[in-house]
Amino acid sequence: MPVAVRVIPCLDVDAGRVVKGVNFENLRDAGDPVELAARYDAQGADEVTFLDVSASSSGRETTYEVVRRTADQVFVPLTVGGGVRTVDDVDTLLRAGADKVGVNTAAIARPELIAEIAGRFGNQVLVLSVDARRVQGDVSTPSGFEVTTHGGRRGTGIDAVEWAARAAELGAGEVLLNSMDADGTYEGFDLEMLRAVRAAVGVPLIASGGASTPQDFVAAARAGADALLAASVFHFGRLTVADVKDALREAGVEVR
Amino acid sequence: MSESGRPSVVVLDYGFGNVRSAVRALERVGADVELTHDRRRAQEADGLVVPGVGAFAACMAGLRAVRGDEVVGRRLAGGRPVLGICVGMQILFEAGDEHGVVTEGMGEWPGTVRRLDAPVVPHMGWATVEAAEGSRLFAGVERERFYFVHSYAAQEFPLEADIPEDSPFARTTIRPLVTWATHGDRFVAAVENGPLSATQFHPEKSGDAGAHLLENWVATLR
Repeated sequence: MPVAVRVIPCLDVDAGRVVKGVNFENLRDAGDPVELAARYDAQGADEVTFLDVSASSSGRETTYEVVRRTADQVFVPLTVGGGVRTVDDVDTLLRAGADKVGVNTAAIARPELIAEIAGRFGNQVLVLSVDARRVQGDVSTPSGFEVTTHGGRRGTGIDAVEWAARAAELGAGEVLLNSMDADGTYEGFDLEMLRAVRAAVGVPLIASGGASTPQDFVAAARAGADALLAASVFHFGRLTVADVKDALREAGVEVR
Repeated sequence: MSESGRPSVVVLDYGFGNVRSAVRALERVGADVELTHDRRRAQEADGLVVPGVGAFAACMAGLRAVRGDEVVGRRLAGGRPVLGICVGMQILFEAGDEHGVVTEGMGEWPGTVRRLDAPVVPHMGWATVEAAEGSRLFAGVERERFYFVHSYAAQEFPLEADIPEDSPFARTTIRPLVTWATHGDRFVAAVENGPLSATQFHPEKSGDAGAHLLENWVATLR
């Protein structure tokens, strides 16, 4: 039996509170990441991801506490990313109860960080997060996709497909491919980019950015994604995790 | 049995594993759980859980550093239950082969843990298993999916076939119950072998199905 395609809600957390708004009915506290993670767990989420957007170190401390409380109550895997710069940051998150840790900008600046983390904790804990877009202006890369930083505002000129493949070789256990072109558009995942990265990496691939309808998730699974991540479609109640899984199941995709 | 009347479980703390999740998941199913590497406590508890993530060699070194291998050996000699999880299961085999580097394991079972050969590795996510007939661990959750995350696995279990059916010992020897799963290769997903049980997947991260399995294990401690 093949491993099931995973559906992963992602929550942006700032100083221990969910930001970007979440709009569930009957929620005691719409800003509490723990309550929301438990809610998604109950809907059938296969994992939950927190993206820590805290700007200050005290904000991060608060997020660690949230990770602890979540791990106490939610019994599906929890990934935490955002601001991870060192092996010690990873250690702190794993001790707090994270199962996997997302690394993004710090690995672009210093790719050896990937090997350092994998060497200490194994590659299964490391999710390399790639914010990628189609090249613009006179920039060109072999694949036509480039890695960005600063939430997609700055291009790096680094080929996104080559970077994902190199990161997997260095020890990333998984690649989270976030399309900065599709992010927030509700026009579906960037399937062309997904296929290009799928062809280049042999570690699990998580598609992110642009999901709107259940069919978008089906299309990304067919394009080779092992997992499908989304934020706002779930937070605003446009879709539940169960809706997405029903559509995947109907399309013949294995789900839990 | 602890003073609380609940079975006592020690989760072995040797620096490798998502120990917090394991502790909470076992508490959730009614065990009185302590996280420690104190050998006496680990020896005396009704059940011992050996977690583990990361590399075989590093886990084995960490385990030896707290003399966890001795604790496991003594417990098994006395018929006291032990549950290995993920790399905590892998190190129960004879050896682990990582990139050609072979590390000796605890040797409770014959066989070498090797890298999975599949288009996508690590094997990450929720998968079903072929639960062993008569399994106590999987009773009631035989068809459920469990959360796996690993690149290596035992791909054979020689003990399973050791005793010919026509041997005079066939009826009296307790055969290990082996549960299999497939990711590219067929691999050992769980073993129940007298007091020694182990799962390659993470029951503590496998939602309600995982809780049910842990509850089944805790029930054997009473």
